[in-house]
Amino acid sequence: MTALIKQHLIDPEICIRCYTCEEMCGRDAISHNDDNVVVDIEKCAYCMDCIAPCPTGSIDNWRIVETPYTLEEQLAWDELPEQQEFAGDDDAGALEALEDEIESLLAEAHAGTGGKPVAPKSASKPSVNLFSRAHPATATVQGNFRLTAEDAEHDIRHIILDLGDAAFPVVEGQSIGIVPPGKDDAGKPHAARLYSVASPRDGERPGHNNLSLTVKRVPGGFGSNYVCDLKKGDTVEITGPFGATFLIPNDPGANIIMICTGTGSAPFRAFTEHRRRAMLSAPGRMLLFFGARRPEELPYFGPLKKVPKTLLEQHLVFSRLPDKPKEYVQDRMLTVADDLAGLIGDDNTHVFICGLKGMETGVDEAFAAICRKAGLDWSALKPVMRADGRYHVETY
Amino acid sequence: MDMTDVDYSTKIPNNIGLAEDRRVLKALEQWHPGYIDWWMQMGPEGFQEAEVYLRTAVSVDPKGWARFGYVKMPEYRWGILLAPAEEGRVIPFGAHKGEPAWQDVPGEHRALLRRLIVIQGDTEPASVEQQRHLGATAPSLYDLRNLFQVNVEEGRHLWAMVYLLHKYFGRDGREEADELLRRRSGSADKPRMLGAFNEATPDWLSFFMFTFFTDRDGKMQLESLAQSGFDPLSRTCRFMLTEEAHHMFVGETGVGRTIQRTCEAMKEAGIDDPNAIDQVRALGVIDLPTIQKKLNLHFTLSLDLFGAEISTNAANAFTAGLKGRFEETKIDDDHVLTDATYPVLEYVDGRFEEVDHPALSAINMRLRDDYIKDCEKGVGRWNKIIEKTGVDFALSLPHQAFHRHIGAFSSLSVSPTGEIMGKDEWDARRNEWLPSAADGDYIDSLMTPCRNPGDYAGWIAPPRVGIDSKPGDFEYVKLA
Repeated sequence: MTALIKQHLIDPEICIRCYTCEEMCGRDAISHNDDNVVVDIEKCAYCMDCIAPCPTGSIDNWRIVETPYTLEEQLAWDELPEQQEFAGDDDAGALEALEDEIESLLAEAHAGTGGKPVAPKSASKPSVNLFSRAHPATATVQGNFRLTAEDAEHDIRHIILDLGDAAFPVVEGQSIGIVPPGKDDAGKPHAARLYSVASPRDGERPGHNNLSLTVKRVPGGFGSNYVCDLKKGDTVEITGPFGATFLIPNDPGANIIMICTGTGSAPFRAFTEHRRRAMLSAPGRMLLFFGARRPEELPYFGPLKKVPKTLLEQHLVFSRLPDKPKEYVQDRMLTVADDLAGLIGDDNTHVFICGLKGMETGVDEAFAAICRKAGLDWSALKPVMRADGRYHVETY
Repeated sequence: MDMTDVDYSTKIPNNIGLAEDRRVLKALEQWHPGYIDWWMQMGPEGFQEAEVYLRTAVSVDPKGWARFGYVKMPEYRWGILLAPAEEGRVIPFGAHKGEPAWQDVPGEHRALLRRLIVIQGDTEPASVEQQRHLGATAPSLYDLRNLFQVNVEEGRHLWAMVYLLHKYFGRDGREEADELLRRRSGSADKPRMLGAFNEATPDWLSFFMFTFFTDRDGKMQLESLAQSGFDPLSRTCRFMLTEEAHHMFVGETGVGRTIQRTCEAMKEAGIDDPNAIDQVRALGVIDLPTIQKKLNLHFTLSLDLFGAEISTNAANAFTAGLKGRFEETKIDDDHVLTDATYPVLEYVDGRFEEVDHPALSAINMRLRDDYIKDCEKGVGRWNKIIEKTGVDFALSLPHQAFHRHIGAFSSLSVSPTGEIMGKDEWDARRNEWLPSAADGDYIDSLMTPCRNPGDYAGWIAPPRVGIDSKPGDFEYVKLA
């Protein structure tokens, strides 16, 4: 099949023909006639300079296409065409990134969803790829703190980045890219690393235009060591934001079941903090199943203990406690099977799974068992939830 | 220094190196308290303590000029921002065409240039004054925020003009800058300079119509000043235009959402006849014929802003290289216009016909024609909304000679379709074409505030896209 292309388009029903985008474009990729304002795919460099100046948001539209819409077609539109479906191609979902490198990382991370990932219906519209490898944003490290105990097996860090003057809007669940400086052994620029943002949309500290990351040092890993070694005051080039499906639902009535291990907790910290700040009395429930070896190895163990149970029902699960049998997240899910079955049967419930790929099977089997017990069919329910934007997997 | 970055080290954010220009800095710092006094006295009434989700420019490059965050309006960083200088820019039109653009005021054109800047500057605070009571009846927090964004940016545009007056016009400029804070919209003693800016803005539909029609005149004026051979004026106006786009957006979508809601309500209630005014009004929405009347009013008031059709002043400003035409550099002619002609609509021997005039003296007319074309396209987009709902009605622009107070048509009595009649008949039929007191009372009865995030008054549809991609229930204004 022919390669698919991401095409930048303008929504003619929302555009007011002010031509500000046309003035902004340094490559003359945008032009207009008496009817519409259009983008020439041959000239557009995806630099995003036109996005922020648009007063309407009509400029921020993208379609995955096999054959790009011509200028003539765009000039004749009364409305934007629907996204075409491409049979058997998972690539045709929401636009998670514009850079192929990042998009393939996300496609791999979302593979466990079992089909085309779909954003929750009530999720905010995310901005995607405002900054790219060619045009990165420069962030300054505001802090770098170890989250796990000194004697823990893993060094997991909480890193706060100040975004300065950069307009870098993030929706909870999105990721950013970090490209370590320099070249690899083959003399090529380093590959980009993708990290989930651990802070909510209004920043690690509201009004401070910053964000935080949860990063595990992988022994011998070049990228994670670069990030974990960053010191306060260091500058780092970042790209993104990325991801357009693994996003918090805005509906306060949405129940959110979050299942994670290790640094997979990052987006869930953002989810929880957003609900705490923006909708503390939301009627929807939030449940967290969070697995680690011991409390000392569970990132954010201390802060989590201060989160009220009315906001977040916590199941912190440990597999290496002395004198206790090993317990994994799927084991705990089975002990509250009735409650979970009730939630799963509710159209307001969203499931998010984030962590190591290894956890997928166990969690999936647990859901299947929970459903069986309640007379539900997980294999039928899961695709429905996914298509409805209520089942999300991001694993690595 | 990097001129795209904004300097916040002085009280007045700027990208013009104000810190090194002690004289102008001092003058502006002396003007600043008067401005704040004016804002507190004449700015949005009752919301000075509210936290508003506003856009502030932190630099004039595309990534930096739309930074969003909560701000109390009196603490908004009004600043002086000029589009980056274009190296080697030449005067694009007039007798000096092709000469390097002026970085200083050409002495022989000083008075004319000052006048152009003062007239432009006077409209900016005027509209803030006209809109100061609207906050009390905003149909949503989203609309409230959009109103305030328009207001603070009009304030910034005043700053932009005041900077030019202080920087380039010495003592006269200082006096003019002070006068800009003394005139008041609608005042009997000290009115604003242009008619449309002394009219009341009694309700939100008027506000939307005003931002669509009257701010669009502003856009056309800025577009033609952005062509100016006086480079600081050109650069100032170019950056103002990026902000002006938001004002166009508020007007076009505001009217569009009103139309949308009316048509939806009619369809829900099974009303097919758009002229069944009482039935439609019983639904709590604004009937389409009344929207047409509002359109007629605001369009014609705005046409008056273009001045006389044939104008020596306008010809002089063009030839002098001070004020060009809309999209001057994209027009395919010699840009000098010495022998060119332009067809002007006139009333001759009992009928309307186009008469060729020297293009130079018809410069205002040309801008007005371009304006009408721009308006027509917007009206066409509103009609698409109506069409899509299946209601059988189309809005249209009235005839140029209808309801005019300035120019060649002001002495005529003409219907919206261009029919000429006696003044008595026109007066008798006035309320068919323009909002009557009863229409105003009805619209006024709908103007009840809606202040829960995500809620909208019943006469207007929610927007399709939030500001800064925010979700529908975003709290755009945190009321104090």
